[in-house]
Amino acid sequence: MSETLKVPTMAEYIAQGKSPEVLFWVGCAGSFDDRAKKITKAFVKLLNKANIDFAVLGAEESCTGDPAKRAGNEFLFQMQAVTNIEVLNAYDIKKIVTACPHCFNTLKNEYPSLGGSYEVVHHTQFLKNLLDEGRLSIQGGQFKGKRITFHDPCYLGRANNVYEAPRQLIKKLDAELVEMKNCRKKGLCCGAGGAQMFKEPEKGTKDVNVERTEQAIDVKPDIIAAGCPFCNTMMTDGVKAKEKENTVEVLDIAELIAKAEDL
Amino acid sequence: MTLLSNVLFAIALIIGVGFFIKNIKKLRRNIKLGNDIDVSDNKKQRFKNMALIALGQSKMVRRPVSGILHIIVYVGFVIINIEVLEIIIDGIFGSHRIFKFLGTFYGVLIGAFEVLAALVFIAVVVFWLRRNIIKVKRFWKSEMTSWPKNDGNYILYFEMVLMSLFLIMNATDISFQDMQSGNIISQYLTPLFSGLSLTTLHIIERSAWWLHILGILVFLNYLYYSKHLHILLAFPNTYYGSLKPKGQINNLKSVTNEVMLMMDPNADPFAAPAEESDNDVPAKFGASDVQDLTWLQLLNAYTCTECGRCTSECPANQTGKKLSPRKIMMDTRDRLEEVGKNIDANKGVFKDDGKQLLGDYITSEELWACTSCNACVEACPVSIDPLSIIMEMRRYMVMEESSAPAELNNMMTNIENNGAPWPYNQMDRLNWKDQ
Repeated sequence: MSETLKVPTMAEYIAQGKSPEVLFWVGCAGSFDDRAKKITKAFVKLLNKANIDFAVLGAEESCTGDPAKRAGNEFLFQMQAVTNIEVLNAYDIKKIVTACPHCFNTLKNEYPSLGGSYEVVHHTQFLKNLLDEGRLSIQGGQFKGKRITFHDPCYLGRANNVYEAPRQLIKKLDAELVEMKNCRKKGLCCGAGGAQMFKEPEKGTKDVNVERTEQAIDVKPDIIAAGCPFCNTMMTDGVKAKEKENTVEVLDIAELIAKAEDL
Repeated sequence: MTLLSNVLFAIALIIGVGFFIKNIKKLRRNIKLGNDIDVSDNKKQRFKNMALIALGQSKMVRRPVSGILHIIVYVGFVIINIEVLEIIIDGIFGSHRIFKFLGTFYGVLIGAFEVLAALVFIAVVVFWLRRNIIKVKRFWKSEMTSWPKNDGNYILYFEMVLMSLFLIMNATDISFQDMQSGNIISQYLTPLFSGLSLTTLHIIERSAWWLHILGILVFLNYLYYSKHLHILLAFPNTYYGSLKPKGQINNLKSVTNEVMLMMDPNADPFAAPAEESDNDVPAKFGASDVQDLTWLQLLNAYTCTECGRCTSECPANQTGKKLSPRKIMMDTRDRLEEVGKNIDANKGVFKDDGKQLLGDYITSEELWACTSCNACVEACPVSIDPLSIIMEMRRYMVMEESSAPAELNNMMTNIENNGAPWPYNQMDRLNWKDQ
């Protein structure tokens, strides 16, 4: 299955004296989490198909520091940031694309004042641009007429005001985009942000991901579309908790498009 | 007699305004207990934000019912206060309706005030019903008991009484009613007073006039003790509100200095600290008390009017966790007031009272429940940022107390050791490619 994936590293590029159009920042989830790895591969398939000149850092990539910062460990965050910036600057990186809104937010907003300024885009924005430039085409395929609801990742939506790119991509699938009670600016968190992903929730009456999944199920979707590996995990768990895994699928936007293209 | 009332009026005015100014000075002093923060950039955008959000109430109408009712009260309050100018001039010089010379225009003016007064009265009654009879959920959260609950109602009673007094004052003013101009609402109240002697009417009219202006002065001074302070502070607060993307959390300068020193290969690890650092208080990372916050965060706390839109949008609160962003702001203000009183009682110097914001007001359980989703920040109609306070306090818990939950310590150890929140080898980061 992996035989077709072309994933060059920055080191390989530099060895050939070339530089790629864009660096794909895979992120920790995208590198290590079994579910998120599928998103990473789906995105790479699309990059390959569109013949994008991209590279990854591979073993030279390290956590952006987002979960440490949100947990309050500013020291560890800045250590990570400065180390990463050293690598990025050494490779003279200009543009970064990532499928993780947390990496996206941190690289875009919190690295510049530490010496790392890059053009950072979320993979939904990147794909949308490829589409607009005619470098990628999207067919509805198996998703034609399907009800798809989009769960806004907090770090893409409210944090950075990106609401439309993922939605426009869904519409291109000839699918029926249905909105949850809370969407866009009022989107309800999946419960993973602010380092919650790595700890048990505080005592309460319900888990946040279950609350959000209920909102999603209320609009009777075939697919819950996500744009963040952590949201993906939380919503998948929520769907399981509601015993809907046979009727509702949780998929990243990149996976939707790759599947529609039979990649 | 008139002279006496003029003098009495002037004294009331001086006391009312003087006491208010005294409290505003205290307010300023308390806010300035916070750390400095540079907000001198992009004045144009800041004025625009203030014009749209505070003056234009743009975020209020996101909830149309309370938003539109609020606009009525807000517009009414601002415009009707023009009438106060006339009252003050009349009060000092013993004149009666000094602006009457404006003729028809005066009628139009007072007519507009009357209509607004009636609308404000109705809106305030609806607000009261929403709070006390319909029991809108956000007004009945656990932090909304005792004073905060009463405060909300007192404000509504104040406004009902002030509006009524204004209309009664007009209704019992015979010369004004005889003008047949501007008495749009009060003419319907006049029959209530029919059959009363002219003297009685005059006494009622004078009483309403006095109670109205005294009520305004009392209300003005009530502000400092009340959540209602937002009518003033919403303006500076929206002006100074963050212009950055909501996802951006500030990078601590004090930490950057340390990190840069560590990363600098030429730094001498055994170097003696610079001379002047002898008197320096070592930088404290994060916030455990109000003095560790910025003045903007403290201004945020005084601006909060406890509407609870933040808390009603908070995913943690919605799912039964203890965290309530509104409570974060209320606690910050309560503690700041306590610190302020402490300073007053100790001749201008804060004396350690063995208390702090963290633990005595805000518990770690509340702070750790936050998902940093920014729903509270987005919901606030006056640009308050509860998340920044939560983050600042987490920083203190982690960097000064090392009191993070064990799972988070594991996550951070992993990042330190292998550059990922999970215990995977950094060398394996590209393995997905061949799996």
